[in-house]
Amino acid sequence: MPNFIPVLPEIFLLSMTCLILVADLYLGKDRKGIVYLLTQVTLVVTAIIVWAVKSTEKEVVMWGQFVNDPMSTLLNVFICLCAAIVFIYSKDYLEDREMNKGEYYVLGLFAILGMMVMVSAHTMLSVYMGLELLSLSMYAMVAFNRDNAASSEAAVKYFVLGAIASSMLLYGMSLIYGVTGSLNLAEIAQALTQPQELPTILSLGVVFIVVGIAFKLGAVPFHMWVPDVYQGAPTAVTLFIGSVPKIAAFALVMRLLVDGMSALATDWQPMLMLLVVASVAIGNVVAIAQTNIKRMLAYSTISHIGFLLLGVIAANEAGYSASMFYTIVYTLMTMGVFGLLLILSRKGFEAENINDLKGLNDRNPWYALLMLILMFSMAGVPPTVGFYAKFAVLQAVINEGFVWLAIVAVLFSVIGAFYYLRIIKMMYFDAPEDTSEISVKLDTHVVFSLNGLVILMLGLFPEKLIIWCQNSIGIG
Amino acid sequence: MIFEYIIFYLFSGILLLSSTMVVVVRNPVFAALFLVLSFFTAAILWVTMQAEFLGIVLVLVYVGAVMVLFLFVIMMLNLELSKLKQFYHRYMPIGLLVAVTMAVELIIVLTPEKLSQLQQSQVSHPAEYNNTAELGRQLYTDYMYPFEIAAVILLVAIIAAIVLTMRRRPGTKHQDPGKQVLVQAKDRVKVVSIDVERRD
Repeated sequence: MPNFIPVLPEIFLLSMTCLILVADLYLGKDRKGIVYLLTQVTLVVTAIIVWAVKSTEKEVVMWGQFVNDPMSTLLNVFICLCAAIVFIYSKDYLEDREMNKGEYYVLGLFAILGMMVMVSAHTMLSVYMGLELLSLSMYAMVAFNRDNAASSEAAVKYFVLGAIASSMLLYGMSLIYGVTGSLNLAEIAQALTQPQELPTILSLGVVFIVVGIAFKLGAVPFHMWVPDVYQGAPTAVTLFIGSVPKIAAFALVMRLLVDGMSALATDWQPMLMLLVVASVAIGNVVAIAQTNIKRMLAYSTISHIGFLLLGVIAANEAGYSASMFYTIVYTLMTMGVFGLLLILSRKGFEAENINDLKGLNDRNPWYALLMLILMFSMAGVPPTVGFYAKFAVLQAVINEGFVWLAIVAVLFSVIGAFYYLRIIKMMYFDAPEDTSEISVKLDTHVVFSLNGLVILMLGLFPEKLIIWCQNSIGIG
Repeated sequence: MIFEYIIFYLFSGILLLSSTMVVVVRNPVFAALFLVLSFFTAAILWVTMQAEFLGIVLVLVYVGAVMVLFLFVIMMLNLELSKLKQFYHRYMPIGLLVAVTMAVELIIVLTPEKLSQLQQSQVSHPAEYNNTAELGRQLYTDYMYPFEIAAVILLVAIIAAIVLTMRRRPGTKHQDPGKQVLVQAKDRVKVVSIDVERRD
């Protein structure tokens, strides 16, 4: 009898998702709130189960396909809780646009299941299966508003480029499998530590895997889908795509490059460096020229992905935990920023342009203050947590001797600070173009306020989360 | 051994040729038929590598079911080829450049002596070795977890396809069985009393 206990969160999530799918059929149009509530309960209970089955060491089950370690516990808890917050933000937006169908939540839950599979994958096969489950659900979510031409176009672009990325990843995996003779990440790592000279085909495999990962992450030069998808998707979906999957993407990098192929670090380090420099440069510079705020945030995402990979380049535990901290902090910040866009949107109006934020201080000073905190955090200004996140990854690469890389990253993030500060200037010093009342439900209000305050609190007391990240990687 | 080589080179030759034709031919129906041919030759190659079950499944499922449906779809869509080919010449040079670069790079890296570094684990099994049973055992033990996830992915595909395409058009005349059962005679039959008139 195999040990199913560590897989319990995934099993529970899958069962509940199927239950919600069926329950939705029997609920009338006026009772869709029940589906929403069930979704939230599912996410919270899944997070609790993840916590309940946590283990302090590597626990490999399901014939080597699944691993339960401190890293998977931490990332899975954050995935479930962040997704719950994302759904709270999206609810009103979806209701206003008649998109609050049960299938939206079901697809969202399937995407989360895919992320959890990726996070606790222990073979290249399960990594890939999780990735496909996540991607397929997200393609459908982008096209969810199917009568909107922009959404459909974004979905098709996303689908085609996602398929190319998957094929790259698979080709790389097949080469690695051909050399090492195993799909299991631990066995691959074992095979690569042998003293004899490593075959050059491995490097080719690593190239394809890094290209696949870069496509999925949206790192330059594989970033062209990111702005189009962010802009074309309904804002609620953009919030979803832009936040939680980044945690899973970090897990993808960790599982494939670090767990499986840390022996080839000298091969993938230079490739990641190229991606980092290009992402930080192009992301920050092009974002300045954008007038659509979703597009601007897409380019900002690209530059943040650069920072996320910066910690991985250090190729040691300190770097990985700094990257993990950065990922979690980035997810929290993005949720807040897109959450505000959802709050500002209302029936028949989409807050999409930077001008829509003009004079926010006159319309609602509290939201303007929270947005100020979020923008400072995105730019990396102390005392917000964004500063510590950038500081940690930079420290990790400098300790490894890549000072020039840190200098490039800092230079471009200073340039990037311009467009974050421009938003603050617009909120506080410009007259509002649109003076209508901001109507917001209590739950969204509370969650947005908490989101902003958490960014500030983590900035003042970051030790807890940093230590948690370090413990989950295996230091401290 | 020589015979094996002849089989391999013959069918991989056909495979390469037909896959090229899939991309090159103008008529999409021909392209689909060439795809059928390449699936078939690939199946034969699998059989020569002792994966007879996979070979048969490839023929049955892909050639027999998927590609036939595919052909139907192509015929029903009535594709406008001229529209599709509009950007063909514009993107042709850059596409060729990328393809040639990648091909050259791969040829440089994948030289025969480097390919020999790959694990050679071709074991000859006796004639009574049951490929199907072994595959089933593997699928439901070692690979059960990814196998289940594959099932979930298919479920997502079904849900996504239905969500994105199903529409309730306002004018359709669909029946509601509940209402049909609840209907009573007095709802349907209207008894009208008409005065009897006498024709003069």
